[in-house]
Amino acid sequence: MRKNLRKDLFVISKLINDKEKILDVGCGSGNLLDFLLKTKKAICRGIEISQSGVNDCVKKGLSVIQGDANYDLDDYPDDAFSTVILSQTIQAMIFPDTVIKNLIRIGRRAIISFPNFGYWKVRKDLMFKGKMPKNDILPYEWFDTPNIHLCSCKDFQIFCKNNNIIIEKFMCLSEKGIEMKKNYFSNLLAYQVIFCVSKKNKN
Amino acid sequence: MKSLIPIDKLQIKNPIKLDSGEYIDSCEVAFKTYGTLNKKKTNAILVCHALSGDQFCSDINPLTKKRGWWNILIGPGKVIDTNIFFVICSNVLGGCMGSTGPSSINPQTKTNYGLKFPVITISDMVKVQEKLVSALGIKKLFAVIGGSMGGMQTLEWATKFSNKVNVAIPIATSYRHSAQNIAFHEIGRQAIMADPLWNKGNYYKTRKGPTGGLSVARMIAHITYLSERALQRKFGRNLQNSDFFSFNFDTDFQIESYLKHQGNSFVERFDANSYLYITKAMDYFDLSVKKGGLSKVFKNANVNFCFFSFTSDWLFPTSETKTIIKSLNSSNAMVSFVEIKTDKGHDAFLLEEPEFHATLKGFIQGQIGKHEI
Repeated sequence: MRKNLRKDLFVISKLINDKEKILDVGCGSGNLLDFLLKTKKAICRGIEISQSGVNDCVKKGLSVIQGDANYDLDDYPDDAFSTVILSQTIQAMIFPDTVIKNLIRIGRRAIISFPNFGYWKVRKDLMFKGKMPKNDILPYEWFDTPNIHLCSCKDFQIFCKNNNIIIEKFMCLSEKGIEMKKNYFSNLLAYQVIFCVSKKNKN
Repeated sequence: MKSLIPIDKLQIKNPIKLDSGEYIDSCEVAFKTYGTLNKKKTNAILVCHALSGDQFCSDINPLTKKRGWWNILIGPGKVIDTNIFFVICSNVLGGCMGSTGPSSINPQTKTNYGLKFPVITISDMVKVQEKLVSALGIKKLFAVIGGSMGGMQTLEWATKFSNKVNVAIPIATSYRHSAQNIAFHEIGRQAIMADPLWNKGNYYKTRKGPTGGLSVARMIAHITYLSERALQRKFGRNLQNSDFFSFNFDTDFQIESYLKHQGNSFVERFDANSYLYITKAMDYFDLSVKKGGLSKVFKNANVNFCFFSFTSDWLFPTSETKTIIKSLNSSNAMVSFVEIKTDKGHDAFLLEEPEFHATLKGFIQGQIGKHEI
């Protein structure tokens, strides 16, 4: 079962407690939800924009709604989930700021993962090749990429600070998907990053 | 319409209390089943038909000799596989294919009900279906599925008898009939009632009922089942019989001929009074006026939902389905939803739509894994 799971998703799955209520936004074929259902007995829901993704999900018996996270998250009530997951998707959102605020409104916490645009090889592509960076998780050409709002680890941290969003945890992954120790140079060394964030307590 | 072909019927002994407060005595339900009920009686799927449908959803309809209205979906090896499932489909209360309706004989007066037939609701139809399902010894249906008015019945099942349903699949439907939908129905009803042969619903002893009015009603309704694009694609401005205009009021355009055909073939199989009663039942349907509103009606419903809508359906647009989804989300329900891209309009749910069929098949398979059958 685990071998179907992308490495970053496996790292995310380790952050989930048993019997949590999960919403996976952009759940694709539902591999993470299926894994969480089976290994953590989680109550799972998903949103997926592609027809084929939803097809794969319902085949697995998952409850998934075809929808667009840019617009459809507004429909969910406050604190409906214990954790809302947005993996490798924030950079393709039209309104990433609204989406992030919605995620922490709907869920008691949000787990957001994205490719770190501050990674040294990304910088190298621009610096030495003078070309838009491409790698395994940023595989597109400049003209056909869905990734319209890329950011670095640092950008995200500043965004959270400016918007009163609490970073409960953040993790750095190497190109091989292995968790790395954090240090002063994490924004340079992390290939992708995973943030656990939540809203500031109202009191 | 009356035929010698035997129709399976259940007679309900106790009077049925309707939403209007009136009762129907010795109500009959005409139904058809496909496949075999398993020993544990856990593999039953109730198929709910739409306004003009009947119980012959699969195989060949013995009355019309045409394929059943959902034959494309239901049968051995098909999406709803009758090798696995026991499919039940019943003619709705108020219908004209054997179930008690305005054309039936009123046991008290020994004549056709006509307008003496009480006005019915979607909920009344479902009450009668539930009696049938119980009579077949089924405690819990594996699934209820239906499109359009069939989808309304499916939603009604999921709210009224949620403990008797594992899976609900409402397709191209809504939690209520919109003002526009009511408007189109009212034009249809007025067309029937404006036909002198309708005679205030009293036409069963005459040779010809209000076929003209019913035909017009069907033609209007049929336009709402299609999309502007599909009409343009299929017919355009093509002429029917010649390359020139006739310069009279005969049939010039193919679309005219098509609508006339739809109207004429409909009157052969449908009762005008049934059309009045069933359209009224659809117009009355609104789950949001039930106690607590839409978000409360689904509360505690331990039902797995899978909704389908079609992009070009302007009769039951996706926005209607999304409203239900919103309520289901807020009441923590298990709900899936897919919007199918098609230009075929509302009727797409009856037609060859590979994406729709693939998702539905996947969903049903996924649910087989979750519920013992």
